[in-house]
Amino acid sequence: MTMGQTTADEIAGVNAEGDQYLTFILAGEEYGIDILRVQEIRGWTKTTAIPNAPDYLRGVINLRGTIVPIIDLRERFGMDALEYGPTTVVIVVKAICEERDRIMGIVVDAVSEVYSLQMSELQPPPDLGNVVDEQFLQGLVTVDEKMVILLDIDLLLNAGALAVEKASA
Amino acid sequence: MSIDIGQFTQTFLDESFEGLDVMETHLLSLEPGDIESIDAIFRAAHSIKGGAGTFGFAEVGKFTHGVETLLDQLRAGESSVDEAKKSLLLEAVDCIREMLTAARDGTQLDTDAIVAVERRVQEMLSVKADTADGNSQESASAHRWRIKFVPERDVLRTGNDPLRLISALAELGPVSAQCHDSLPLFEDLDPEECHLAWTLDLDAEVERSAIEEIFEWVEDQAEITIEACDTQAETQSSACVSLESDNKPIATSGDAETIGGSKTNTRARAEGGSIRVNTDKIDALINMVGELVITQSMLSQFGEQLESGNREGIENLLEGLSLLERNTRELQENVMSIRMLPISFVFNRFPRLIHDLGETLEKNIQLKLSGEQTELDKNVLEKISDPLVHLVRNSVDHGIETPEIRQEAGKPEVGTVHLNAFHKGGNIIIEISDDGAGLNRERILAKAKENGLIQEGQIVADEQIYELIFAPGFSTAKELSDVSGRGVGMDVVRRNIRALGGSVEVSSQQGQGSKFTIRLPLTLSILDGQLIDVSGSSYVIPLISIVESVQIDMNSMKTIAEKRLVYKLRDEYIPVISLADVLGSAVKESRSIEESLLVVVEAEGSRLALLVDDLLGQQQVVIKALETNFKKIEGLSGATILGDGTVALILDVSGLLSLSKRKMGNLNWLRTQDHAAA
Repeated sequence: MTMGQTTADEIAGVNAEGDQYLTFILAGEEYGIDILRVQEIRGWTKTTAIPNAPDYLRGVINLRGTIVPIIDLRERFGMDALEYGPTTVVIVVKAICEERDRIMGIVVDAVSEVYSLQMSELQPPPDLGNVVDEQFLQGLVTVDEKMVILLDIDLLLNAGALAVEKASA
Repeated sequence: MSIDIGQFTQTFLDESFEGLDVMETHLLSLEPGDIESIDAIFRAAHSIKGGAGTFGFAEVGKFTHGVETLLDQLRAGESSVDEAKKSLLLEAVDCIREMLTAARDGTQLDTDAIVAVERRVQEMLSVKADTADGNSQESASAHRWRIKFVPERDVLRTGNDPLRLISALAELGPVSAQCHDSLPLFEDLDPEECHLAWTLDLDAEVERSAIEEIFEWVEDQAEITIEACDTQAETQSSACVSLESDNKPIATSGDAETIGGSKTNTRARAEGGSIRVNTDKIDALINMVGELVITQSMLSQFGEQLESGNREGIENLLEGLSLLERNTRELQENVMSIRMLPISFVFNRFPRLIHDLGETLEKNIQLKLSGEQTELDKNVLEKISDPLVHLVRNSVDHGIETPEIRQEAGKPEVGTVHLNAFHKGGNIIIEISDDGAGLNRERILAKAKENGLIQEGQIVADEQIYELIFAPGFSTAKELSDVSGRGVGMDVVRRNIRALGGSVEVSSQQGQGSKFTIRLPLTLSILDGQLIDVSGSSYVIPLISIVESVQIDMNSMKTIAEKRLVYKLRDEYIPVISLADVLGSAVKESRSIEESLLVVVEAEGSRLALLVDDLLGQQQVVIKALETNFKKIEGLSGATILGDGTVALILDVSGLLSLSKRKMGNLNWLRTQDHAAA
């Protein structure tokens, strides 16, 4: 029983080394997301466009039989669009919205590193006015003199047009 | 080590609900002297009671016990079956169902009503106890009880632990136990056998039944004699004797386990639910999978042959592939059939409904069921049940006349409601017909004029008039009754059926009766679709909603207010919707109207022509919900995966209609005008 507990804790990332974050690059900036939410990393594949959806929703793909929406993070953050190239990757993540798990893909420029971060190192995001949607930012950390922006994937993927209808049947 | 029985609670609940259905069905058809039915009802009640005890639903157990005792008397012929008992038992079934539902969903329930029914059951029992000869001691109370408990040797092997029983007994009051052993020589001793017997003295004022209840699990495997010491006959009117006791168990070893105890978890109702599958279906599946594995190994063998440049290998490979295709298709069909349940699951609740409605409305009604074995998808089955109930209620309430009126009309006094189900071309058809008054054409017409649905002097065909009953807020019932006629209903019925991808129609003859025909797809997970191309993207239109597809004759394409396109098809002007505009696919310029095709579809009772670039072919598609990882999108009912692995979106025709209406305001149909100018 004790054995099981330890393993469960390790899986949950509650260990001495802190939480692990996967970082990726968007226009030269480094963003991090909770690695436990990352399902897989795959190359860009053509999507099927969803009618009447905002531009950042690139469409849906077939991920081994399930329909997974793909979100372009550059467009989501209002950055300039970048032509998709060989290093363009889709990070498939699990977002928990309204007590439901949703699998979604986010398009980023490239995947960078995996860091172990202590939550105590986390700095709250500064007041940026209306430049970015601060609510998606979990905070900032410094790793090897670099700034890493941690994203709250649940909020990010449950906002605006992506929001789950509350009164879903 | 104790087993977590919580994991079986769902199974218990499922089984109990099934048991209740069985009880209900048999009760409704119960005739005096029908021992088989009584036995079946008794068995169902007995297992619910037993399970309820084990899983900690003490209230259910106590309630069911009374019912069971009453049934036992019926079974033993101590009293006869009459209407009063039947309806009391039916009420009791409802109570148990409510209690179990409340336990499952963690909701509050109306205890007063349940206590009232329980009291009536007890009264019924006490009447019996007075008349039954000499048996009054059976259920009497006493201050002290002596129980001789001699279990059979293999009692432990069946999972029954005497200690647990004694502990349970100790919850009723102080117990002193005396053990008699008949232990064999050590070398002959099998530790899995029970060689002990007990004489237990229970010092508590409880009913005999409470003690019997504890031992009922082992009654077949043990000699049990329960004797009252210092008998005090007690009046039966104070029927509900509480089982709880403040006395702590004494003579038993240490920590007495409460059986189930207060383990009634308030569990949220599970969305998934379980399904009972015929073992034949599973066997068939296992066979299929076996064949699939064989085909797979065959194919990899051919692959190796191919590597060595064998010409024959290619032929073999192709042969193997076609075999694989057949295997996959059969496997798919079989897997689908697992979800299929006979419609009798829904039909079976109607005898009760008709019985109750007949009593409330004082009408004589008989129910005819046919095609109960017709199978359809469990999801469809669950969702069709409410609309069906509504339609049947309507037939009984509005359709069937009172016996007096029926006699005057020269019809048999007993009205008939007929439920019929059958398969027809990939669909299931459910018909609800009655031999009642039929729809009142004049009244519907009058009401429609009142509501402004029809203009004065407008000529309407009968079918169109009958269609009107599906309009929102339309009720022609002269008096609102409890049963139906609140004006909500038929439109909801139609909407629900539409949501399932089906349709509902009505036909009627005044004075002869009316018939509702529901057409449903067999399953919600597969549909026959027409693949179309719009600006380079593939979409799927459900075949069921397509009326026809036509090539465009530009002479028949007209505009209204320069923007709105209509197409004259034979004698009808049909509004045209450009899918490229509605779906907002601004990616590529679609073809000019002349080169496009029109797909005429039916939605919400009206026709609509969709402008598409090309028809790509028809195929069965597996529906994947967009909601799983995303959310519902207006105009789409889901997505599917095509043969090449790409995703195609499935159009929802009625959603498209409202979407286009909304878009109409801000869309300038420039393209149309451009073409008109060109």
